[in-house]
Amino acid sequence: MSADSSTSAHGTPAASAPDFAGLAVGDVVAERSFTLTRDSLVRYAGASGDFNPIHYRDDVAVSVGLDGVLAHGMLTMGLAVQPVLDWLGDPSLVDDYQVRFTRPVFVGPETGALLEVSATVGQLDAAAGTARIDLTATGNAQTVLGKAQVRVHSPAPATPSASALSAATATPAASA
Amino acid sequence: MNPDLQGRVFEKTAPYLVGREKIREFAAAVFSQSPLNFDVEAAVAAGYPDLVAPPTFGVVIQEGTLAQLLADPTAGIDFSRVVHGDQRFTSTRPIVAGDELTATLTVASVKQLGGHSMVTSESSIVDATGAHVVTAISTLVVRGDE
Repeated sequence: MSADSSTSAHGTPAASAPDFAGLAVGDVVAERSFTLTRDSLVRYAGASGDFNPIHYRDDVAVSVGLDGVLAHGMLTMGLAVQPVLDWLGDPSLVDDYQVRFTRPVFVGPETGALLEVSATVGQLDAAAGTARIDLTATGNAQTVLGKAQVRVHSPAPATPSASALSAATATPAASA
Repeated sequence: MNPDLQGRVFEKTAPYLVGREKIREFAAAVFSQSPLNFDVEAAVAAGYPDLVAPPTFGVVIQEGTLAQLLADPTAGIDFSRVVHGDQRFTSTRPIVAGDELTATLTVASVKQLGGHSMVTSESSIVDATGAHVVTAISTLVVRGDE
């Protein structure tokens, strides 16, 4: 698995939280590619409880008019946000995440599927400390998600201003 | 599909206890690299009471509410024709291990588009204190007769 104990070597995730002040609309904040295999689909089926056989049986997929086994839309949605989470460091900064499923991702028994995700700043509100991160997800080089948007808020203003405030109130009390 | 479904509120689901190993299993399945999903110490150091679930984990709890909708004989939804159109999670806070979550589905809208029906549901997921955690919103497209 890609997610093993070695990832804890990154240390405290909050320490790497990005500074929204340095962002501009159009900036690519994260990119990652994923190789999906039939094993990935079986693993997701078990983890999520979605055992629809179109995600692991070719005969069933073909019988309902599909070209073959396809990835769960929710698997694509679940992994597409991962590069954004790696960039943010803290999942509590995500307020809202939405996607449209526009095209199935077929996962061949031997070839699998290549999913590529790119996350770009789509909208920025510096005053509010919020941003909309737009995801582009392609499966086997075709766009598979539409209106894939992650609304996030900045970690930066809250902590320093809160500590500055407590420092300001602490000083007179200490001198009094 | 029954157009009178719009506005229907289903029964609150039975409590779902979020387990650490379920979070680890789900996080691995969505290719997470975040230590907060796997390492309790890292999650606690970051200010969380326990392991943090990935943002789409709410689908596991939402699933119970969608099962209610699809199983309702008055809804008239043919599951074999259902396609997932879109999905959204609007969260107050991340789900963490130890959470005991219940969900209540409301049918937000029922629409016809071409020969297809579209039903949008909102499943509000709350913790044991009744505080909002995340709302999972799905549009299911029911393909019309060919």
